Amino acid sequence: MKVSLFATCLSDAFYPRVTEAMARLLARYGIRLDFPSAQTCCGQPAFNSGYWDEAKGAALQLIDAFADSDFVIAPSGSCIGMIHHHYPSLFKDDPAGLAKARALAEKSYEFTQFLVNVLDVKDVGAKFPHRVTYHPSCHGARLLGVKDEPLELLQHVHGLELLPLPFAEDCCGFGGTFSIKLSEVSAAMVTEKAEHVIDTQAEVLVGLDMGCLMNIGGRLRHQGTSIRVMHLAELLYEGVCRADGRI
Amino acid sequence: MGGFNPAVKLEERIRQALNDEFLRNAVKFTTGRLRSSKQQAAEQMGNWEEWRERGRQIRLHTIAHLDYYLNQFVQNLREAGGYVHFASTAQEAVEIAMQIMEEKQAKSVVKSKSMVSEELHLNDAMAAKGIEPVETDLGEYIIQLAGETPSHILAPAIHKNRQQIADLFSEIGGEKLPADTAVLAGFARSQLREKFLQADIGMTGCNFAIAESGSFVLFSNEGNARMCSTVPRTQITLMGMERIIPSWEDLEVMAAILPRAATGQKLTVYMSAINGPKRAADGDGPDELHVIILDNGRSQQLGDPEFQEVLNCIRCGACLNACPVYRHIGGHAYGWVYSGPIGAVLTPLLNEDQDQWGEVANASSLCGACYEACPVKIPLHDMLVYLRRRNVEAGRTDATERLGMKTYKVAVSSQRFYQLALKLGQFGQKPLARNGEITAKVGPLEAWNRLRVAPALAKKSFRDSWKELDMELQHELVELKPETKARMEAILRKRGNSHEN
Repeated sequence: MKVSLFATCLSDAFYPRVTEAMARLLARYGIRLDFPSAQTCCGQPAFNSGYWDEAKGAALQLIDAFADSDFVIAPSGSCIGMIHHHYPSLFKDDPAGLAKARALAEKSYEFTQFLVNVLDVKDVGAKFPHRVTYHPSCHGARLLGVKDEPLELLQHVHGLELLPLPFAEDCCGFGGTFSIKLSEVSAAMVTEKAEHVIDTQAEVLVGLDMGCLMNIGGRLRHQGTSIRVMHLAELLYEGVCRADGRI
Repeated sequence: MGGFNPAVKLEERIRQALNDEFLRNAVKFTTGRLRSSKQQAAEQMGNWEEWRERGRQIRLHTIAHLDYYLNQFVQNLREAGGYVHFASTAQEAVEIAMQIMEEKQAKSVVKSKSMVSEELHLNDAMAAKGIEPVETDLGEYIIQLAGETPSHILAPAIHKNRQQIADLFSEIGGEKLPADTAVLAGFARSQLREKFLQADIGMTGCNFAIAESGSFVLFSNEGNARMCSTVPRTQITLMGMERIIPSWEDLEVMAAILPRAATGQKLTVYMSAINGPKRAADGDGPDELHVIILDNGRSQQLGDPEFQEVLNCIRCGACLNACPVYRHIGGHAYGWVYSGPIGAVLTPLLNEDQDQWGEVANASSLCGACYEACPVKIPLHDMLVYLRRRNVEAGRTDATERLGMKTYKVAVSSQRFYQLALKLGQFGQKPLARNGEITAKVGPLEAWNRLRVAPALAKKSFRDSWKELDMELQHELVELKPETKARMEAILRKRGNSHEN
């Protein structure tokens, strides 16, 4: 059984600690992981901007990279959502490509989906005595339907106080190239999101997608707040280490 | 004011909206209220998702057989004594409407809310002929007095606050009116009462046209639609060609989902069904009833697998209220008649000039809140991507972006180039990166870093640290629990089976 890590380009290049935390956590359940180094990006930046030919280049590379894998796991609902929801339209005129795209979709899981629904783990045994608020990323929640899994994991973390985020389901304004093309409205959106995060008085903002967290975190940093921004995999792994007395 | 200025591009229109604090506060306040009312109404219903699916099926079926149902509607309405006119363009619809008004020597027309009328810019055409159009929906009345256009499908004056409305009414009334809703509504009512009694023609829109009986139904909360359709001797009704539903039974579903999605109301306050002109035994109603059915680009979507579903829209405005972009910029920034996510899709589809309107599809972060809010489940977030693809295919995107995407393709289509790009980036950022961050406002980071801090590329990517990590993990690896292994194997078997079948 081959269980492969899909780091996602964002975590591979900018946030390796997130994929690392995910890998370390999964390894605790006896999952032998591999990392096909031919993987690059899911193609979303091009796809969402309308450059489907360019997106296809990325998609084919990814499909090939994971051709032999039985399970593919990524720390992002957005990239997995891209594979599940958009690859079929990307290959709608290419039956051979479509079949391969569907095969990849079938074996691809967002991190919490895999942990909760496949490994049947809701309590990782983590301890994290902090006030935490959770931003549900749009693509994970809406394209992929990942809504309960992260909350279940968070509810089982010892000492963690989960504070509700006002207007939680509102987009943070990232939207990939949207944040560059219509930067001013994107900035207005992230400003409001950051205000809501600050209003909760949480010490930590947690989420499932580094795109959104890069955006909100970047805004929080710019405002000089000390709120820590973490991917759920990082929070859980740190919590496990704390429970084990390793930190 | 109110007219569209093609020289002002989307980005500039957005900037103007973002700089208008009154607008932003007013829009945030009202969309927030509408959204939470809708959520409550949906929750109270219990099985909202089933209603949505039922609504979707009715609309899918109707639009798939639109020729049949449209024909049935028209035949039945004609049998009941109504006049039906078809207009393939906005221009044609205006000509038909103006001809009726001129034949009736109309001086004044009272109007209830109609987005099609906005699409035709009918008020301008009437004013040019010396005919007075009077908007009788409170929101539309405010907008007309202000010389503006609606900024929301359902709440046209959403961008105005109470004080602004009080100032506007005070100016018209010649007396200082307080910013009190009851007083302001009372003022509008007294002004409009006279207009209803004097009007030569009543004009309405159409929420649903019912094919099986040739009737049409108007939803309103103020009773003005009923006044427009009972007092004047002549009635003109404007409808988009897709407003049809097959039967009264289908109306039951629409009457349940539209008000809930729009405002959270269980029912609209007035639901008026019109079954033709006044009959001998009727106490009121128009002697003459004209229905103008507008195409204006709609029929071009029929048969298009990517866009046909946009005709399923029932104009509830729920996608506007849910949209985080609309929340910050309001409706006018979209530039045309329809705003929010549905406007971002309809505007490029119903207008011919794509150089002007194609870019409106960019006004979305593709978060999917519109789809989630839509009571008939139109995949607006997907359609926005299809429209962007059309822009790319037609060469309407800028050269820098095209070059960027070409470079992207090279970098992501091969492991070698991807790793090279990573190395180049890590090297190139050295003068800018401090403590894992870049704050300089340079190149593509210029806009981003105005309000944010950007992350620097990690010194060592995940792929570069994998070998070491893998060895460590293998060393520590525990045994896979038998039940977990069994579960994973079962998933693989299930997949295999589904492939064989």
